[in-house]
Amino acid sequence: RKTSERIGSNLTGVATRLDDATLDDLEDALIISDLGPAAAARIRQKLSDKSFGLEITQQELKEAVAEEIAEILRPVAKPLEITAFPRPQVILVIGVNGSGKTTTIAKLAHLFTEDDYGVLLAAGDTFRAAAIGQLATWAERAGVDLVRGPEGGDPASIVFDAVKQATDTGIDALIVDTAGRLQNKKELMEELAKIRRVLGKLNEEAPHDVVLVLDATNGQNALSQIDVFKEVAGVTGLIMTKLDGTARGGVLVAAAEQYGLPIHAIGVGEKMEDLRPFDPDLVARVIAGVA
Amino acid sequence: MFDNLSDRLGGVFDKLKGRGALKEQDVRDAMREVRVALLEADVALPVARRFIDAVTEKAVGSEVLKSVTPGQQVVKIVHDELVSMLTGAKDDGGDQVGAGEELNFNATPPVVIMMVGLQGSGKTTTTAKLGKLIRERHGKKAMMASLDVNRPAAQEQLKVLGEQVDVATLPIIEGQQPVDIARRAMGAAKLQNFDVLLLDTAGRLHVDEALMAEMKAVSQVSAPTEVLLVVDSLTGQDAVNVAQSFSGEVPLTGVVLTRMDGDARGGAALSMRAVTGKPIKFAGTGEKLDAIETFRPASVADRILGMGDVVSLVEKA
Ligand SMILES: Nc1nc2c(ncn2[C@@H]2O[C@H](COP(=O)(O)OP(=O)(O)OP(=O)(O)O)[C@@H](O)[C@H]2O)c(=O)[nH]1
Ligand SMILES: Nc1nc2c(ncn2[C@@H]2O[C@H](COP(=O)(O)OP(=O)(O)OP(=O)(O)O)[C@@H](O)[C@H]2O)c(=O)[nH]1
Ligand SMILES: [Mg+2]
Ligand SMILES: [Mg+2]
Repeated sequence: RKTSERIGSNLTGVATRLDDATLDDLEDALIISDLGPAAAARIRQKLSDKSFGLEITQQELKEAVAEEIAEILRPVAKPLEITAFPRPQVILVIGVNGSGKTTTIAKLAHLFTEDDYGVLLAAGDTFRAAAIGQLATWAERAGVDLVRGPEGGDPASIVFDAVKQATDTGIDALIVDTAGRLQNKKELMEELAKIRRVLGKLNEEAPHDVVLVLDATNGQNALSQIDVFKEVAGVTGLIMTKLDGTARGGVLVAAAEQYGLPIHAIGVGEKMEDLRPFDPDLVARVIAGVA
Repeated sequence: MFDNLSDRLGGVFDKLKGRGALKEQDVRDAMREVRVALLEADVALPVARRFIDAVTEKAVGSEVLKSVTPGQQVVKIVHDELVSMLTGAKDDGGDQVGAGEELNFNATPPVVIMMVGLQGSGKTTTTAKLGKLIRERHGKKAMMASLDVNRPAAQEQLKVLGEQVDVATLPIIEGQQPVDIARRAMGAAKLQNFDVLLLDTAGRLHVDEALMAEMKAVSQVSAPTEVLLVVDSLTGQDAVNVAQSFSGEVPLTGVVLTRMDGDARGGAALSMRAVTGKPIKFAGTGEKLDAIETFRPASVADRILGMGDVVSLVEKA
């Protein structure tokens, strides 16, 4: 091994601690992955408390970081499964503008139909221009039905009709699209709370899942998104999109530590097939810069 | 959720009761807190580093005003440096233009404005907002064309928005590819005497080589006077990669920061300004089509620091 690859070694042998410069670099790398300064400092602390062998390479150190992160992420990895009894399982999809809700719904519809579940979509975004048309195209591609109303109509009445139709026709999963909204908009958040209440009118258990879609390119504000959407709409799980770029989604680490919400899946592209199960070890390696 | 910077700095400076010049060690201690504040605000790490170096140099040795605490004095210095970076000081290697600079119509009509950016950043909505602004504020006749053949109903979206803001859109021809649509749009705009042609493009990741090449080709056939990078103000550390890649492929002339109506601290503004060297021309402040404003460096600086009151306190002193 080249000397330049060797870090944290000392001359006296046995076990060694990482030096400050190495720990600084490590912390910087975590910050660049969007962990945020606080979570990055916590992981730095954990690693500084650890003893390493005499010779530890850059690669081995990254592996150690990945392991620390994986330990945080493993408990929250949990796929979205269709288990509701009686059917349908109602899945409400929410999030800030442009995070990837509608596309993620197409991906979920595709995933569930591949498993032979009957899927129905509800076009709950009546606000954004051509949002209904967008979901309609996806419904067609995924080969599932769509409940829609007029542009500018009341989303609550559409989702009510959708639950009714799904129940009457014995659908397995009803996935509800909603308009994007920033979490600091009181009125729009209240509208979301209302949609949630209406879903429960015909079926007390609904919505069974409230999935918050997070954009991997977002920074620390994602934590505030989780905080507020959880409070207002009772988020039950997360899906992170756009992990096919260079954003590494480090906020998930802070999110797992602070909220412990299940992470169901990740989005890695714009196509229907581009949804992957959330693999905590892989994501940890990406964040740590190993993969 | 975040601590106010002046509270943090209070702790650092409490032990420092005397007046006079700011000492190097105190400034360095303070800068550790400033660094955390910038990173919590999502300022990209390399940009935050450069910024801290510049401010440290300015702060060491500067006299503390009688009426304020040393902590408040440091905040003021940090704030002023932020404003100056966001405004775009003339020596930063960028254009000789500051923030909030208006659109450039100085070309033979149709003046082409091309919108680029990541998926979902707000390009289509901003295109419609600009179309409306160009008609109402500049009294010019604009046409909009969507070159987005990827996202379902993307062209339909721009068409609906065009109707809402009363700005013409290029008729949709199914199956036509982006470069050809751009050519057709140029022809139509010339023929029908439009002053301005707005080109909305599909969202693309900066690592997607095929789509980046397509964007470059569109830029080459349409020779845009303005190429605006549309960036979500919620963006985190990835801002640097985005800014570098897009400005490497097309001749960017400015940045539009969207979703400034959110509660993000908006450090991406600083990253964008520092990395592209281009002015931030507009801030998107809502989903409605009149929610677009001139970018205001001072208020964004307050926001990045999570404060406002301390700065004005020092201002008055
Ligand atoms: N690269 C990439 N793009 C994605 C991914 N998921 C969604 N997108 C793109 O992001 C953009 C926005 O996606 P939408 O599904 O329309 O987002 P939304 O949250 O429904 O948006 P609003 O309804 O306007 O709030 C589209 O261009 C999608 O193709 C992903 O995992 N990777
Ligand atoms: N709150 C808020 N929402 C915005 C703003 N600008 C755009 N949006 C919303 O963000 C979402 C995405 O906007 P689009 O204009 O479709 O984004 P885009 O960049 O064209 O997306 P793609 O074409 O899929 O890449 C929509 O829900 C818009 O209403 C803004 O300044 N504030
Ligand atoms: Mg949508
Ligand atoms: Mg668009």
